Amino acid sequence: MIIANQYVPTRALAGMGITIFIILAVAFGPLFMSHGPNEIVGDTWDAPSLFYPLGLDNLGRDMLARLLDGGRATIGLALAITAISFLIGVSSGIAAAVAGGWLDAVLSRSVDLLMSLPQLVLALIILTALGTSIPVLIGTIAILESTRVFRITRSVATGVAALDFVQVARLRGEGLWWIIRREVLVNSLPPIIAEFGLRFCFAFQFIAALSFLGLGIRPPNADWGSMVRDNAQAITYGVMAPLIPAIAIALLTIGVNLIADWLISRNSPAVGEEQ
Amino acid sequence: MSFRFSEPSILRIEQLSIVARRDCGEEVTLLDDINLELRPGEVLGLIGESGAGKSTLGLTALGYVRPGCHIAGGHVFFDGMDLFALSLEQRQKLRGRRIAYYAQSATAAFNPSRPIIDQVCDVPVRHGLCSRQEARRRAIALFRSIDLPSPNTFGDRYPHEVSGGQLQRAMAAMTMAGEPDILVLDEPTTALDVTTQVEVLETLRQLIRERGTAALHITHDLSVVAQTADRIMVMRKGRVEETGAAEKILLAPQTPYTRELVSVQMRPHMTPTGPPRADNMTLAVNDLSVNYGHMRVLDDVSLSIAPGETLVVVGESGSGKSTLAKSIVGQLAPTAGSIRLCNEPLAHFALRRSRDELRRIQMVHQIPDTALNPQQKIRDILARPLSFYFGTTHQQACLQVMQLLERVHLPTDCADRLPTQLSGGQKQRVCIARALAAQPDLLICDEVTAALDPIVAAHTLELLREVQRETGIAILFITHDIDAARRLGDRVVVMQKGKAVDSGPIAEVFDSNTRHPYTSKLLESVPQMRSDWLDTLIAKRRGQPSSSVDGAALEL
Repeated sequence: MIIANQYVPTRALAGMGITIFIILAVAFGPLFMSHGPNEIVGDTWDAPSLFYPLGLDNLGRDMLARLLDGGRATIGLALAITAISFLIGVSSGIAAAVAGGWLDAVLSRSVDLLMSLPQLVLALIILTALGTSIPVLIGTIAILESTRVFRITRSVATGVAALDFVQVARLRGEGLWWIIRREVLVNSLPPIIAEFGLRFCFAFQFIAALSFLGLGIRPPNADWGSMVRDNAQAITYGVMAPLIPAIAIALLTIGVNLIADWLISRNSPAVGEEQ
Repeated sequence: MSFRFSEPSILRIEQLSIVARRDCGEEVTLLDDINLELRPGEVLGLIGESGAGKSTLGLTALGYVRPGCHIAGGHVFFDGMDLFALSLEQRQKLRGRRIAYYAQSATAAFNPSRPIIDQVCDVPVRHGLCSRQEARRRAIALFRSIDLPSPNTFGDRYPHEVSGGQLQRAMAAMTMAGEPDILVLDEPTTALDVTTQVEVLETLRQLIRERGTAALHITHDLSVVAQTADRIMVMRKGRVEETGAAEKILLAPQTPYTRELVSVQMRPHMTPTGPPRADNMTLAVNDLSVNYGHMRVLDDVSLSIAPGETLVVVGESGSGKSTLAKSIVGQLAPTAGSIRLCNEPLAHFALRRSRDELRRIQMVHQIPDTALNPQQKIRDILARPLSFYFGTTHQQACLQVMQLLERVHLPTDCADRLPTQLSGGQKQRVCIARALAAQPDLLICDEVTAALDPIVAAHTLELLREVQRETGIAILFITHDIDAARRLGDRVVVMQKGKAVDSGPIAEVFDSNTRHPYTSKLLESVPQMRSDWLDTLIAKRRGQPSSSVDGAALEL
């Protein structure tokens, strides 16, 4: 299909469709709900009915209302966390690769230090010390996630920085900022975009883990990760309640990654197997 | 030669067309109506510029088409079997065993973590021809027959423990281990130095002759294919331009394209303009030495270039040519010695040089694909030095970009394109234009023609001469290509193992009777456009009179 003079493959269109659908549903869905996400409207794990199409959860709250409301918090937080972690990770990773020397040494060793400590324990310490307001939560997870982004960006950018056109820019006398922005960043993007698609989905799990410890989104407010966990035991009884938020996470993951794949493949040659 | 006309062909390609489908659904014809016949023992040279479809054609002989491409029509018959009608499994049984492929780079073809002999034995063992012990014995016999040093233990070494030329010849042994009927040689000597190329060519030719293997020899170098091929097929843009006996193509080419191809490689040497002597040298390098750790890669090299003069540095890879260029531009710090630009000393590191000093030395790299940022339009690439060094306004810069493009003979609509949309030769012109935009005093060209096809390379050299005539800049031209050196250079420095072993005006160094032995070896190794060149050279090196008198001798 051709959109704005660009050929867009079907897979990418499907990804866009899924993502846009989820975002619209989460943004406007709660407006049409007759009951709140934290209201108890029936028994534990009541089966889906006409009135509650996705059934009820472990406390008898409407699954659909919680899914839509929890989606706002989850997607919003995940997006903010991933965006900030990439801002920090990509800029420091490229700077380390291009500048090298002491800047690279300091950044790389600090990242090693952060990565050597268990992520969750570190998050717990920071959140206990600074409180669990949303900005602190976002900041903490973003910084911890950015260590992974730093690693991958640095390794990709090191390869790009060794190419002749970067040498040409250096020998022209260009400053560090120009080289980072105009020469290296644009040519390191494909693996970074792929990583974005993955990290975005990992953020759900991290938020869920923190919620479990009472540090993320506080009960009774919903988020997708906690919804999976809260209803996990239902699986033993053959109830599909935990599958619903899990499917929502899976769908969004697939949607985002289909778009990411397309963005990557736009700049790389065809690969495939012999028929 | 050794093939027999009466025998039926081992490979027959009939009206083959191959089409590539791009992501956006657009179709590009790679091969158009190709007919080809190869008899047992015959060597067919496939020649043409990059993008002519010669590799695509070579791969079809293996029953292989690259992903994204498909056959639009025609057949490939191997020994009577229609290759593309066979199942993938059947085709895989033929590959390596009856049809072998010889890749360009041995370093990429060998697994670095296994001894050489294990990999040579893989094909016969896997195809069930013989036991591993028997395969080992045969491999050692092969090593011995191609004169590899200490053949009994050679194979026990790992690929990084032997020289590049030896590894390339070991790959010839690996390819022949399955005793194939057809050998597809895809640019087998392109990545090699001239001196190594001689050895590898001789090994390949010897193996082909001894075993009566038929071969497709793909290359862009006519003088190389002249040494091996019985017949030559010239390809251009996916079509056959001309086919004929090797001597006929060399001596009496029919089509205009083949004629240009032949004449480019046979062009008489241009007369040097005579070095314009000046007291004020553009560049003076004194006793320069560079160490990598404890290894000395550049040893007391001195040279100077006057304005308007071209100094050529020749030598094999590893001789320190590129190290020399890198230390002049300030990418590598020398351990000792000095570099002066127009009599003013230069700081060793580019970071310590002033912006104006950086501007006055510009460099053009070997591979234009990596020297241009693939995400920037040609206009932005060329405008940047203008605004960076001269503070040119955007409007003014756009105007000057057009002038630059015209100066390097590129159409002005290139400005809006990305580097990936240009051909290799066009990209190299953009690199030259970018260097000229800075209005330098010295232009360093590092193997600028090495990655280009012969015709394109010849035009690029002409462009450099033209630019030099117009602007009077000094050029430091680094190359391993003796022909290019003769065409462009005024003076020459011959380098070997980090030392300048010979220097002086080109004519004196190359043509005098008292040449340095290394210079002689280098010059002799340059393939010439006559089919008995390799025979004569090998005979001379072995101290025997030339055995081949039947080749078509062609005086240059």
